[in-house]
Amino acid sequence: MADSTEKKGFLGSFLSLPNDNPKKTLFVAIMLCLVCSILVSTAAVSLKPLQTSNKKDDIKRNILAVTGLSDQEGTLDELFSRFEVKLVDLDTGLYAISDIDPVVYDQRKASADPMMSVALPGGQDIAGISRRANMAPVYLLTEGDTIKQVVLPVHGYGLWSTLYGFLSLEGDFNTITGLRFYEHAETPGLGGEVDNPKWRAKWDGKKVFDEEGNVEIRVVRGYVDEKTANAEHKVDGLSGATLTSNGVTNLLQYWLGDHGFGPYLKNMRSELGK
Amino acid sequence: MASQAKTNVIDPLIDNNPITLQVLGICSALAVTTNMMASLIMCIALTTVCAFSGAFISAIRKHIPGNIRIIVQMTIIASLVIIVDQVLKAYAYEASKQLSVFVGLIITNCIVLGRAEAYAMKNPPLLSFLDGIGNGLGYSLILMSVAFFRELLGAGKLFGVQVIPVASEGGWYIPNGLMLLPPSAFFVIGLMIWGIRTWKKEQVEKPDYQIHQVHRTEVL
Repeated sequence: MADSTEKKGFLGSFLSLPNDNPKKTLFVAIMLCLVCSILVSTAAVSLKPLQTSNKKDDIKRNILAVTGLSDQEGTLDELFSRFEVKLVDLDTGLYAISDIDPVVYDQRKASADPMMSVALPGGQDIAGISRRANMAPVYLLTEGDTIKQVVLPVHGYGLWSTLYGFLSLEGDFNTITGLRFYEHAETPGLGGEVDNPKWRAKWDGKKVFDEEGNVEIRVVRGYVDEKTANAEHKVDGLSGATLTSNGVTNLLQYWLGDHGFGPYLKNMRSELGK
Repeated sequence: MASQAKTNVIDPLIDNNPITLQVLGICSALAVTTNMMASLIMCIALTTVCAFSGAFISAIRKHIPGNIRIIVQMTIIASLVIIVDQVLKAYAYEASKQLSVFVGLIITNCIVLGRAEAYAMKNPPLLSFLDGIGNGLGYSLILMSVAFFRELLGAGKLFGVQVIPVASEGGWYIPNGLMLLPPSAFFVIGLMIWGIRTWKKEQVEKPDYQIHQVHRTEVL
């Protein structure tokens, strides 16, 4: 009897045990976990480069789309290289002096890092993001010395999810040229209509600030009559998606306000005035 | 063997459909059927996981200790789901963004575990593989039909292409917003089950109990 176990070797001796033997149970569990973890980690590691480049391309594609550059000829990287990427220190509103490469900088990761972000007190946190990174990238499209367009990353909570998107402004740092969300999980057909090209087109030409420099841009219920006063600050609400519409208003108010890009936009606008 | 293989693939389509007869996997049927493209990718992902998990579990079925069998099955299913999710993120980025958490939720899809426990634990790998394919296709059939109605009536589109001009873009059709919300899938699936059971009477379940006609003699 002992001889036959000998011949089967180490693996075989386990396999020949009855299934309800504790040793075998342990052996099967460990082997299974080993095999599965090897398979999963192989897949994760080998596909990682492709996934990261997908994610980066997606962001680039959205930046191009929000500025209207995506209609032009050229590959993604060629077109994207026209942008100058800079990091803004959100508290001072000046370009940050740091050795972080703005292209590589990950605002989302920074928002989770206590060293690189601040927790927002309840009253300040209108966009529902709880932490804000100290620095944010801006994408500048320049022609000669003048800035033609600037793209700001924005995010905030809608109904079900945080919406991540880009807002593009003209060189006057006031007129909107586009707003586009690249990641959200709002109800398809209702809140998900933030992706609708018809609705996105309504942002074109709207103004962020009023005469006194207050952030006035908002999504309102129903249709905006172009003849009414302040129509240039208002965008039609999404029907059946009041909470998503409010979320969009809140995130814009936050990111364009004093705790977001407000100081930066103020600096840039006063520089234009000179 | 060959006829068994054929039954394994054909039977779950209508006669033993995992959704309409066994009423399993309803959760994802509600969640991803707002448009046909997302449903299609979900179907492919689920069919793949169901087939391969069946094959792998069946291959080691004689060595799975009874007391940890569910954990063993879940480990295999979960690993496959993670791999599918990773592949989607690498090769179908747009689609994976749309499906977000639902691919991960295949792990908890009752159909996959149900087939592993009911079929793969007792049958050889190839047959279990085909059983997985069959049940995946049965699931897909229902999912695609539900998505067809929901996308058509809810947005006037099929696979993202406008087929009925909707009112907001100058057409005549006012989309039914309810069709895009999860409850509508309940209605659609309910109507389908009704339809199928009217067609195939043998699927109608016997009532749990019947009111018994009491005879005078029994009382006395």
